[in-house]
Amino acid sequence: MLAFILRRLVQSIAVLLTVGLVSFFLFRYVGDPITSMVGQDTPAAEREALKEKLGLNDSAPVQFIHFIGNAARGQFGLSYRTSEPVNRLILERMPATLELSFCAAVFALFVGIPMGVYSGLYPKHWSSRLFQAVSLIGVSLPTFLIGILLILLFAVILHWLPSFGRGQTSTFGWWTTNFTSWKGLQALILPSITLGLFQLTLIMRLVRSEMLEVMRTDYIKFARARGLTNRAINFGHALKNTLVPVITVTGLQLGSLIAFALVTETVFAWPGVGQLFIQSVQFADIPVMAAYLMLIGLLFVLINLVVDLLYFVVDPRLRGPGTARAGH
Amino acid sequence: MASGTSWLSRAADSDIWWSFKSSTLTVIAAAVTVLIIAIAFLSPLIAPHTPFDPSTLSLSDGLKPPAWMQDGDWAFPLGTDDQGRDVLSSIMYGTRLSLVVGLASVIVSMLLGISLGLVSGYVGGATDAVIMRIADVQLTFPAILVALLIDGVVRGLISVQRHDEIALFVIIGAIGLSFWVQYARTVRGSVLVEKSKEYVQAARVIGLSPVLIMVRHVLPNVTGPVLVIATINLGLAIISEATLSFLGVGLPSTQPSLGTLIRLGNELLQSGEWWITVFPGVTLAALVLAVNLLGDWLRDALNPKLR
Repeated sequence: MLAFILRRLVQSIAVLLTVGLVSFFLFRYVGDPITSMVGQDTPAAEREALKEKLGLNDSAPVQFIHFIGNAARGQFGLSYRTSEPVNRLILERMPATLELSFCAAVFALFVGIPMGVYSGLYPKHWSSRLFQAVSLIGVSLPTFLIGILLILLFAVILHWLPSFGRGQTSTFGWWTTNFTSWKGLQALILPSITLGLFQLTLIMRLVRSEMLEVMRTDYIKFARARGLTNRAINFGHALKNTLVPVITVTGLQLGSLIAFALVTETVFAWPGVGQLFIQSVQFADIPVMAAYLMLIGLLFVLINLVVDLLYFVVDPRLRGPGTARAGH
Repeated sequence: MASGTSWLSRAADSDIWWSFKSSTLTVIAAAVTVLIIAIAFLSPLIAPHTPFDPSTLSLSDGLKPPAWMQDGDWAFPLGTDDQGRDVLSSIMYGTRLSLVVGLASVIVSMLLGISLGLVSGYVGGATDAVIMRIADVQLTFPAILVALLIDGVVRGLISVQRHDEIALFVIIGAIGLSFWVQYARTVRGSVLVEKSKEYVQAARVIGLSPVLIMVRHVLPNVTGPVLVIATINLGLAIISEATLSFLGVGLPSTQPSLGTLIRLGNELLQSGEWWITVFPGVTLAALVLAVNLLGDWLRDALNPKLR
């Protein structure tokens, strides 16, 4: 087990270094850092001096090591677009994205799992067929279109919910939150549904197919023969055994939620990190792009690592001396 | 023996055709796909207006609702946008662009993935390791992020005005580069299996070139899986293009795809002009749903385990 964890750690570091290399090339060779700092008209001698001072005349590997060192301390320089420090820009917008992704994940899990259990237990029931049809549409409709349709229905036609922005927020230190006021919570509803719908359909389909499989096994028949209640069989025995793949998929999807938040944030004018990234792509704001890339890379690597470790916690077969299965 | 009729009758007799005929949903999906493709590519002939010729536009036609509503005009069946452009004609031309980008980027990623997969599997060693590690790193990120990043880099390298001119190629390249991994992995796996078989060894012994062996002997074994990936990826590529254009980093408003049309209409949604957004959206959804259903069917039909 230790060998496995070490191998995964080395792999994760390799992935991070590759992402760092891509970020570094973006940062250093796409666009001209000097021109973006002092403008076109500065005399050549002055530019040369600045170049020397910033270490841009060092060899590429030395610059790369400096870049990684700065990145590890969260230093990515100034945004080309707003001239603010990149780390502050990102930190300001992080709470909005994290709260949105969290609510979307909660929505996907707490609606997706019951829907999946139900349509796995009663696959022929009309509502199960309805769930299946809805999930097919959920997979086929692009996220932004779902968002627009929700806005049209609930904001423009019915006037029930706000369609853009975070509404009312309160600030605790550097963290701004939506959770303290009714207006803030209302503003979260539509974006969370939009962002979570794809994950919901994914979880529902997964739970459904796992449930269908588990219900056919002998130990479920045996549990029935023992006279256990339906409730104990369905939830205590069947659902518990479907949860291993659900944990994996949900974990891996958590990263996608944060990445896909950029589409939802644009639809709902939600001031998060994703919206910042889109603006930086539109303006070719390379420092922000490089920092976002590193951040998402770190996030994905961490999530993959945690999910791999969760296998050991959830599945007892992987623990103990049987771990050397790869050698067989 | 190889006359046209015998090929047709053999095709009509095959398992695939039978499985196609027996699935009503698939037949409907195929019909919808063919219909949308036909209308899109015939748009210069059958569209009622030429929406992107400024001389035919009149602002007094602006923001007309669909024809069946009050103030509607049958000259503009699905209404007009704020510039007086006919929504129906915009959708026809826009669908054509969406399809062109989708198909072209699928071809780009397919060619790239197949060749990298062949090289990786056949050459092996360090080349294989490098290609597959790059694939691993890329798979860590969602495809849309990779496409966005490529688009952003190109914007950093060239001027904005120049970017609008070549936006079509940039977006095809960006989406194409973000979907190659699946093909490469599939092809590589199949190459590894076939490489050790006797007929490939025999071909090597008689001195055929590696390129010829790969193209003539190894590639035919992967057409099925590659076709399935391509169909499923076509839906994904169309969604990616629409998403990028919606985010404002895809096709410009002078050259609008379905995604661009939805973005432009979205700005007017709050004031109640829903038709400018909803009709392109419905078209996009129908197209992607139909292509996805075809992809699902093809995957099941070509899977020997399910027969």
